[in-house]
Amino acid sequence: MKIHEYQARELLSKAGIPVPPAGVVETADAARDAFIRNGLPVQVIKAQVFAGGRGKAGFVKLVKSADEAYQAAHFMLNNRMISVQTGPEGIAVKKLLIAAAVDIAHEYYVGLVLDRAKSGVTVMASAEGGVEIETVAEKNPEAIIRRTMHPTIGLMPFEARNIALGMGLTGKQAAVTADVLLKLSRFFVQYDCSIAEINPLVLTKTGEIMAIDAKLNFDDNAMFRHPDLQAMKDDTETDPLEVRAAAANLNYIKLDGDIACLVNGAGLAMSTMDVIGLHGGKPANFLDVGGGVKKEGAIEAFRILLSDKKVRGILVNIFGGIARCDLIAEALIQAGKEVGFRVPVVVRLEGTNVEKAREMLAAARGDLPTLQSATDLNDAARKIVAAAAA
Amino acid sequence: MSILVDKNTRVICQGITGSGGGAFHTKGCLDYGTKMVGGTSPGKGGTKDANGLPVFDTVEQAVRALGATASMIFVPPPFAADAICEAAAAGIKLIVAITEGIPVLDMVKARSYLAGYPDVILVGPNCPGVITPGECKIGIMPGYIHQPPAAGKKNVGIVSRSGTLTYEAVWQTTQMGFAQSTCVGIGGDPVKGLEFIDVIRMFQNDPQTDAIIMIGEIGGTAEEQAAAFIKDHVTKPVAGFIAGRTAPPGKRMGHAGAIISGGEGTAESKIAAMRRAGIVVADSPADMGKALMQAAKK
Repeated sequence: MKIHEYQARELLSKAGIPVPPAGVVETADAARDAFIRNGLPVQVIKAQVFAGGRGKAGFVKLVKSADEAYQAAHFMLNNRMISVQTGPEGIAVKKLLIAAAVDIAHEYYVGLVLDRAKSGVTVMASAEGGVEIETVAEKNPEAIIRRTMHPTIGLMPFEARNIALGMGLTGKQAAVTADVLLKLSRFFVQYDCSIAEINPLVLTKTGEIMAIDAKLNFDDNAMFRHPDLQAMKDDTETDPLEVRAAAANLNYIKLDGDIACLVNGAGLAMSTMDVIGLHGGKPANFLDVGGGVKKEGAIEAFRILLSDKKVRGILVNIFGGIARCDLIAEALIQAGKEVGFRVPVVVRLEGTNVEKAREMLAAARGDLPTLQSATDLNDAARKIVAAAAA
Repeated sequence: MSILVDKNTRVICQGITGSGGGAFHTKGCLDYGTKMVGGTSPGKGGTKDANGLPVFDTVEQAVRALGATASMIFVPPPFAADAICEAAAAGIKLIVAITEGIPVLDMVKARSYLAGYPDVILVGPNCPGVITPGECKIGIMPGYIHQPPAAGKKNVGIVSRSGTLTYEAVWQTTQMGFAQSTCVGIGGDPVKGLEFIDVIRMFQNDPQTDAIIMIGEIGGTAEEQAAAFIKDHVTKPVAGFIAGRTAPPGKRMGHAGAIISGGEGTAESKIAAMRRAGIVVADSPADMGKALMQAAKK
């Protein structure tokens, strides 16, 4: 799960990590008032959206007066932000962050990330902050300090001190940075993060250490024990079909192709997309209906696939284990009656109760004029790609 | 011979009475012929499950009364890591965790706890389980698609991060006249028990396994590590498949572990590493059986 920049700042501030003073506003008037209240000569206004490319789109602005703050806020709240990550229709901006602009002397990086190869958490730090850590890792790997965090004790104070010194900091600034590292590591564990990075962590010209921007990702599996994070969830930038699928307990990700697929199992769902690609088609989605899917869930899955207007064909690929082929066939027949398949449908079934499912589909032929069956996955992909192109 | 489980393995189910699959799949394993001997469900000790198996409050009690050596875990996600540690502490030697959705940091702690029990093997979590066809099934896979070893048949060992893709490989190899020695689903989570390398080493050392199929997917670097291991240490034919060539970066594809991040974990990198190691990698999941035939001819 992702949260907004202003929410991340609030969480980190609550954890005791120094962040520049800031406020959140929803109107241009409030932006003007906030500028005056903050009382600083230079402030920055940033649109609170998940999509990247804000700066280039003009949705991050330095302002030097209350009037400039008003103008910038008015622009951001009344225009849709269009960037490489939003698509041509852009997105509406509802909230703005207004924060003190700091004079930066140096940019650092500190972060923690789940390290699957070590079955643990790795602490990373670098004196080369302000750029993506992946870029530093590629160009100058020695510039990154890495330590594996103890799985139950966590980061030790002496380790944090060593890391801060390794970043080239000294004196009070090294002590503050070590404290930031310790607090960030506790935050990581407390909130079940998969990534918690502060980039940049800056040294200001007045000698203070401050977190300017942060990236926090949380483990979806742990959401049940974080009601405060659940309350921060913002679906306004999520595709509406993904929101609808999540409500029906379906594992659905919208992609930009035109051949939809309905599959049981994540690995098989991914490979079904791959086979469509291998035969020259483009998958419209990832969809794992899961082993325990019920008829109603499967019907909703068909409704969701059909409401994507780009879809020109549907490939159903079921290897019945816990999921039963007859149940999928029943859902297919009912969805056909209820919504009608406007596009070709190719079905490949194997496994539990497959014979019964085949009989049901054969008997319902009249209701499903666009249905074809396939013998295996290659055959299925070939047929759906051909039918969708026709 | 086989790996991990055979006809003598005595199995309990943690979460045996639960609606999370424990009750349903205990029956499925019993029907397949697995020596299911009982289970646990805190608060229901002293009762019997729907199949007449004894239910205990703790794993320790179940191990003492039944002599169980393996456990199949269906405990719900918030309590599952605890259940894994409980099994290890009670003397269970093979822990198969089926539960999907365990918080990753819970698994980091559980792995750290298991370090104190070096002879305990964890499979999963978020996996279909382990099956030695004709002898023992611990998990949720459809048993009937498997072919037990028989005279004149070559036996393939299958290891996979995905459940349904394993069924696909089993089905194809059965159709092509192979039998399976053991099939191991290692699971789709980023922090787990057995990795590809561990299982492949067991297959290499198992006299009954003639060839190996490894089925990976995007995310992490376990497939690359396994490929390097195979190149240096495996003499048996190996075929493989990697799911997720068309998956966009940064999106979690169903499995918690199936995500391309920071340019690492792409299908291309894994396929290239596997081919360099001499593994025959199928381009389509429909061709895993064919890839095995090709590997076996080499």
